[in-house]
Amino acid sequence: MKPASFDYHRPDTLDEALTLLNRYGDEAKLLAGGQSLVPAMNFRVAQPAVLIDLNNLRELDFVRDNNGSLSIGAMTRERRLEFDPLIARHLPLLTETMPNVAHPQIRNRGTLGGSLAHADPAAELPVIMLALGARLKARSGAAERWITAPDFFKGLFTTDLAPDEILVEIELPFMGAGTGWSFMEVAPRAGDYALMGVAAVIQLDKEGKCQQARLVYLNAGEGPLEAKAASKSLSGADLDDSAIETAARTASQDEIQPFGNLHASPDFQRHLAHELTIRTLKLALARAGKDRLQ
Amino acid sequence: MKSTNSISVSVNGQVHEREVESRLLLSDFLRHELGLTGTHVGCEHGVCGACTIQLDGEPVRSCLLFAVQTDGHSITTVEGLAEDRDHLHPIQQAFWEAHGLQCGYCTPGILMTMIPFLEQNPDPSEQEIRKALSGNLCRCTGYQHIVDAVSLAARKMKAINSGS
Repeated sequence: MKPASFDYHRPDTLDEALTLLNRYGDEAKLLAGGQSLVPAMNFRVAQPAVLIDLNNLRELDFVRDNNGSLSIGAMTRERRLEFDPLIARHLPLLTETMPNVAHPQIRNRGTLGGSLAHADPAAELPVIMLALGARLKARSGAAERWITAPDFFKGLFTTDLAPDEILVEIELPFMGAGTGWSFMEVAPRAGDYALMGVAAVIQLDKEGKCQQARLVYLNAGEGPLEAKAASKSLSGADLDDSAIETAARTASQDEIQPFGNLHASPDFQRHLAHELTIRTLKLALARAGKDRLQ
Repeated sequence: MKSTNSISVSVNGQVHEREVESRLLLSDFLRHELGLTGTHVGCEHGVCGACTIQLDGEPVRSCLLFAVQTDGHSITTVEGLAEDRDHLHPIQQAFWEAHGLQCGYCTPGILMTMIPFLEQNPDPSEQEIRKALSGNLCRCTGYQHIVDAVSLAARKMKAINSGS
């Protein structure tokens, strides 16, 4: 029995969960999929006095079509995101990314909201939220507010959520026609934490010029990192080899701030970022072009 | 105050009612409370896969769940696979025939992971098998015989499902 002892609550409704969170405040931790929290408790890095288990909140497990955007409940399991047909149709970048999120055994439990609230800079899902322009809904008591993805992620394992707030819903605009996308990462083994990863989303106009681009990196700083200068350098440009090379160099040399780890030095991470930027942009371009011709 | 809880959980088809401490991990509950020591404990932080069991039919790490969370749910462990000593599950038979284990420590977790995988992918390529095994660490075999055993299991399970 490794974790320190705690009191366990398993509310059946969001309102009950909010009441409990309000009562226990900082003493309590919310248990979603538990695939990061429980290891931390097993190591006793985390020793919450109270655990509020959200796994009975069926009302937070959904994928809803808003005709122009999808709303996903915070307790939707990662395995469902991987296979959901609405997500595959409207957010193919998310579908493409999911098999990279740990192993199937982990995705069977892990949730979208849990991963976002944990805000691990090596995680894929926060990167995708920035790349797709998500907004996130938090509830506290009877109040609710929407937070944009860049405002939500505050740094290492830190979000904008207040101690009495629960992340309940994530809204993602459809990836429309003319959008190209790609996600790639390099990990020592399939399912391991990646050494580097990149999501690229581009929007082409009728002439095939790039209207807008967004490049977002994992393990490249204290949170999911958007390379704004590199992304900006692509808008209005023909995405030829030289424009792609310039963006890759700007992002990998000037913008990302990798820490390095046991398996990769910061220099190697920059090298990976450079190479992955080129590859993701080329694939995104091919996909956007194909989309335009249809 | 709820630091102990009563739970009712079905394990390999048998319902167990117990009073458990909140912090009791499912892996420890299975081994120490129910005596089902086929579920092995390796890293206890979700990396090695040795403790993988099926919760409502899906493979999950039993070291990353609290026993109290399984209240009202259904669990299958490696003990639930074979009908009896003489009638192994086809994947167990395949691991025996293809020498898919040496020390056997990782084997139960691998079996519990690969059965749902093979049910969803009856005819997997070697590459797909290797990817599906990536969440289970083995330090003896070098994996080659495990891959062979899973491939043999796929053929056995397919033969059974097609009634031949």
